Amino acid sequence: MSMIRKSMPSGHDTMGGNRFSLATNAERVCAEIMLKIKSSTMRNLIAAGLIACTTPACAASEADFKTAYAAAEAAEKEAGALRNQWTTTEAMLTAAKKAAEASQFDQAVASSKEAEALAKASIFQATSEKQRWKDLEIR
Amino acid sequence: MIMRVAISFVSAALALAALAAPPAIAADTPNPAADATAFQKFFTNKFPKLKPEDFVNGPYSMNEDLHRQWEEKEQFPPYEFALETGKEMFATPFKNGKTYGDCFPDKGIGIRQNYPYFDDKEGKVITLELALNRCREANGEPPFSYVKDEMASLTAYMAFTSRGKPFDIKIPDDPRALEAYQKGKEYFYTRRGQLNFSCATCHVQAPGERIRAEILAPALGILNAMPIYRSEWSGMGTISRRFTTCNSQIRGVPLSPQDEEYRDLEYYLSYVSNGLPISGPGARP
Repeated sequence: MSMIRKSMPSGHDTMGGNRFSLATNAERVCAEIMLKIKSSTMRNLIAAGLIACTTPACAASEADFKTAYAAAEAAEKEAGALRNQWTTTEAMLTAAKKAAEASQFDQAVASSKEAEALAKASIFQATSEKQRWKDLEIR
Repeated sequence: MIMRVAISFVSAALALAALAAPPAIAADTPNPAADATAFQKFFTNKFPKLKPEDFVNGPYSMNEDLHRQWEEKEQFPPYEFALETGKEMFATPFKNGKTYGDCFPDKGIGIRQNYPYFDDKEGKVITLELALNRCREANGEPPFSYVKDEMASLTAYMAFTSRGKPFDIKIPDDPRALEAYQKGKEYFYTRRGQLNFSCATCHVQAPGERIRAEILAPALGILNAMPIYRSEWSGMGTISRRFTTCNSQIRGVPLSPQDEEYRDLEYYLSYVSNGLPISGPGARP
């Protein structure tokens, strides 16, 4: 039970919107899965595994960052081709790079994933707006 | 025989009817004249107390208090320095002895209301800011930044010489011109940025409403007062500056000033304000 965060998740927008944070959602989903597992032995094993993954031995590597960053960059490039990049995606890509330069690869991977999610949302927006703009037109 | 006559009669009647009936217009076929009528009607219905020419004062037309502020501001207008600088720049010859006036019809005086226009040789929309920089480059001068003071000063002076003249944007009988107009319209209504706003979200759906401390201007007549001195910026702003800033405010990465999308947008927005007087340079909160 203690694994469920009581504080507001980082992806939640206090203005009532959704900042498209997939990383935060993943944390929540993991916690929910843990609660649903009935077997206490199994639960302990998974918990031990998760705790172990917080140690440096299981931390994200530079290679993980490079993979995550490349995926984010590719999605942002696609948004660029649609002429619809978001400033927040750019900021997250910069943050990822900065974290990687400081060898904080966990943070760098998380920021890259956030950037990728944002870029994909901007692609979705650009694609759906190709028809939806007509709904707003004064006729 | 009677049957043959009857068939001929019916055929002739059908042919006449086909000639008399206007060609069917598909729902998606652009019709700029109808758009402009609907656009202006939308705003005059929304603000029945305003005369069409009042809309060029943007937020200052939206209520009496703001209108009084505008009247007081016009006593000592904050754009006056830019206007004087622009006048001087406009008259100063380039190194080759030519001036801006040599690049424009009527020596560049009183022509603001005709920009942007569609250039049939190039097949693109040409804005006044673009034409000014092309004039500089053609005369061996480096172009100005589209978002900084020099460009604002020059366009302020040119707008001033057109004050009171109604916007007179033409869409020639050229499918490329119609396409540029349509793309400008599409840009205007398309939501973008993380905030998922279109230009219309603020300037069609919410003119007169507050967004934080600002009163939103109506889209009708929004370019007639350009360039503007904005108190928020503590300086002058060109149309390019206005467009790029709007994009970044909704968390979208702005395009480069004078990219085709922005030129098409200016073409659309100016066309639908045809008939409203040029009031630039203007001042805004």
